[in-house]
Amino acid sequence: MSFFEYAPAPESRGVVDLRSSYGLFVDGEFTEGDGPMFKTISPATEEVLAEVTAASAADVDRAVAAARRAHSRVWSRMAGSERAKYLYRIARIIAERSRELAVLETLDNGKPIRESRDVDVPLVSQWFFYYAGWADKLDHAGLGPDPRSLGVAAQVIPWNFPLMMLAWKVAPALAAGNTVVLKPAETTPLTALLFAEICQQADLPPGVVNIVTGAGETGRALVEHDGVDKVAFTGSTPVGRQIARAVAGTDKRLTLELGGKAANIVFDDAPLDQAIEGIVSGIFFNQGHVCCAGSRLLVQENVYDEVIGKLKDRMATLRVGDPLDKNTDVGAINSAEQLARITELAATGDAEGAERWSPPCELPSDGFWYAPTIFTGVSQAHRIAREEIFGPVLSVLTFRTPDEAVAKANNTPYGLSAGVWTDKGSRILAMASRLRAGVVWANTFNKFDPASPFGGYSESGYGREGGKHGLAAYLQGGTR
Amino acid sequence: MSELRRVLEGLPGVDQVGLEGRAAALSTRSIKAASKAYAIDLAIRMVDLTTLEGADTPGKVRSLAAKAVRPDPSDPGCPSAAAVCVYPDMVKIAKDALGDAPVNVASVATAFPSGRSSLAIKLADTRDAVAAGADEIDMVIDRGAFLAGDLDRVHDEIVAVKDACARPDGTHAHLKVILETGELATYDNVRRASWLAMLAGGDFIKTSTGKIQPAATLPVTLLMLQAVRDFRDAHGRQVGVKPAGGIRTSKDAIKYLVVVNEVAGPDWLDPDWFRFGASSLLNDLLMQRQKLTTGHYSGPDHVTID
Repeated sequence: MSFFEYAPAPESRGVVDLRSSYGLFVDGEFTEGDGPMFKTISPATEEVLAEVTAASAADVDRAVAAARRAHSRVWSRMAGSERAKYLYRIARIIAERSRELAVLETLDNGKPIRESRDVDVPLVSQWFFYYAGWADKLDHAGLGPDPRSLGVAAQVIPWNFPLMMLAWKVAPALAAGNTVVLKPAETTPLTALLFAEICQQADLPPGVVNIVTGAGETGRALVEHDGVDKVAFTGSTPVGRQIARAVAGTDKRLTLELGGKAANIVFDDAPLDQAIEGIVSGIFFNQGHVCCAGSRLLVQENVYDEVIGKLKDRMATLRVGDPLDKNTDVGAINSAEQLARITELAATGDAEGAERWSPPCELPSDGFWYAPTIFTGVSQAHRIAREEIFGPVLSVLTFRTPDEAVAKANNTPYGLSAGVWTDKGSRILAMASRLRAGVVWANTFNKFDPASPFGGYSESGYGREGGKHGLAAYLQGGTR
Repeated sequence: MSELRRVLEGLPGVDQVGLEGRAAALSTRSIKAASKAYAIDLAIRMVDLTTLEGADTPGKVRSLAAKAVRPDPSDPGCPSAAAVCVYPDMVKIAKDALGDAPVNVASVATAFPSGRSSLAIKLADTRDAVAAGADEIDMVIDRGAFLAGDLDRVHDEIVAVKDACARPDGTHAHLKVILETGELATYDNVRRASWLAMLAGGDFIKTSTGKIQPAATLPVTLLMLQAVRDFRDAHGRQVGVKPAGGIRTSKDAIKYLVVVNEVAGPDWLDPDWFRFGASSLLNDLLMQRQKLTTGHYSGPDHVTID
């Protein structure tokens, strides 16, 4: 074997103790639900990992009632400094059990272990640490003299960052004194159930965190439930619209974090080698299953050839394959359904005349895979330049002037994130103030920090998660 | 403004956070089993076994030469190091000690390590080493001139030293150009100095003398590997890279090889194009090699101390 191939270096699955079937986590206990069981599989091998309960409307009812009891009797009355102790404890247990969480996340989601180990799980722990610090300082968050919790939060999260999205939702809600009923995505329920065990291990009072698994029906029952005070959703724009409709006219507060079609803008004076890394991590990180992915590359025309040449060379070194292998850069597509959607949208790129390129790479025969792909010769009119693909597919466009870059970047119904690559500080500031996006990264991409608010414009949703802004979504007197 | 300066300042900038992030990401590669065995043998073949002390004696140099030829006396299958690296006055002793063995003699020259001397002396230093039989010359650039903006002077000096590497038979001693990146301080400077050395005809670019901290680092080496890759794309000539100083463990050496592999490409995975300037690294490589061969750690008493 040549050095270049690297011998397999698989992470051991032994750290994960999987049960064959899981119930629902309600009122501090794992309980059986009324609904049917469904299987969750490893998208890399299609192996069945476990059976999980689809929560019925009655199950959701039980969970909301438990959350209500816990809110009114325990959690909202508890001193902030006491709530903080639980959150710190959870943060520490997550750090201690990080390997187990990372392996399970990789098994259920298909993302590379390198990412779940080095990015997702550390951020999850950081999120709990960060909001633990806020729990006894809410009076000083700038939200009025005595901000109060909202009550029961219904939280519905996606499959692309199962644990991280859980942390983004649960940590601020709990810090602010709310209790939660959380529904993880249908295809990735397992780490949320492991998180439920962690809540037990931390002696979190029963009912503060409830986890109901299931598909769209369960999610609908949860967000439409009369007993919830707040709905937080991260996922696709069409589902976000349905939820906004369902919540309209009620007293429920709502935050939505939806899709995106971010522009990653490379100027001719950019640090090019680092820009290439940013382009790669912008679109191939997490197989492109990232709502803020830099899926539209805007390159200044005078450096186009150089950028594309370097990008192709770099893509040829991406290692696609077994997500549990420590050297894998790009893992499996999360589901057959998502693979079909990526395949269909990419096909419109071919049909509309864009030029497709992928590095030579051998994809495994089982499971769901899509080679890292770029389309060049894309124009604003192409579907692949407008619609969110949510996969490892990059559309490359060019621009001539900063004005044209801004106009093209903003020419989208979305507005979640953007990237600017230039060595000129003044240009970074000028671009950031003109780009209509909730997050603008300068000379980096896809970097997250619990202290930094995250959220979008227009069809990318509303409300902010993270930082002090993230607390406002869970407090009375908060502006959102 | 000189043409050279225009070219060097036209090179793309380097984003420090991004560069260091990339180096850190590549450090997490997990190299196991057959790949590890291959990497360790390759790293041994890439070592420039170095002694650059005021206290160097003929005896020290001879034992170093013996070690370079046969790093592991207990295993004839163990490859030789690439070269021994010494001061100019030790070149003849090293050459005689090595005889016909497939190990080169590299000599530092040009008023190493500071380079603070006249050009005439630097050239005489170089000619001396070449005449004594040096196969490779490790020169230092004039960092003072570089930082003062006198890039042409730095360039012309490298050209002159390259000429001084010529042998009467028309061949050249191989020229490695030491940038002393610890004194250049910024990554932008490292990229410009790398290109400057390549444009002036250097066969290798080398990070450090080993006398200044920081010496070789993974991000600096990554950046220099990008430079040689881009230079070959632009000019069609391949230049080697040599990190020197501070690389002490097999684990570190393997990280460097991963960076070579994924940044410059497999063409550079060869002692002709990549070297480690090191003294203590070799023994750690040998201990790891014995571990892979025998299945257990033997400890420092089972490798020689030269």
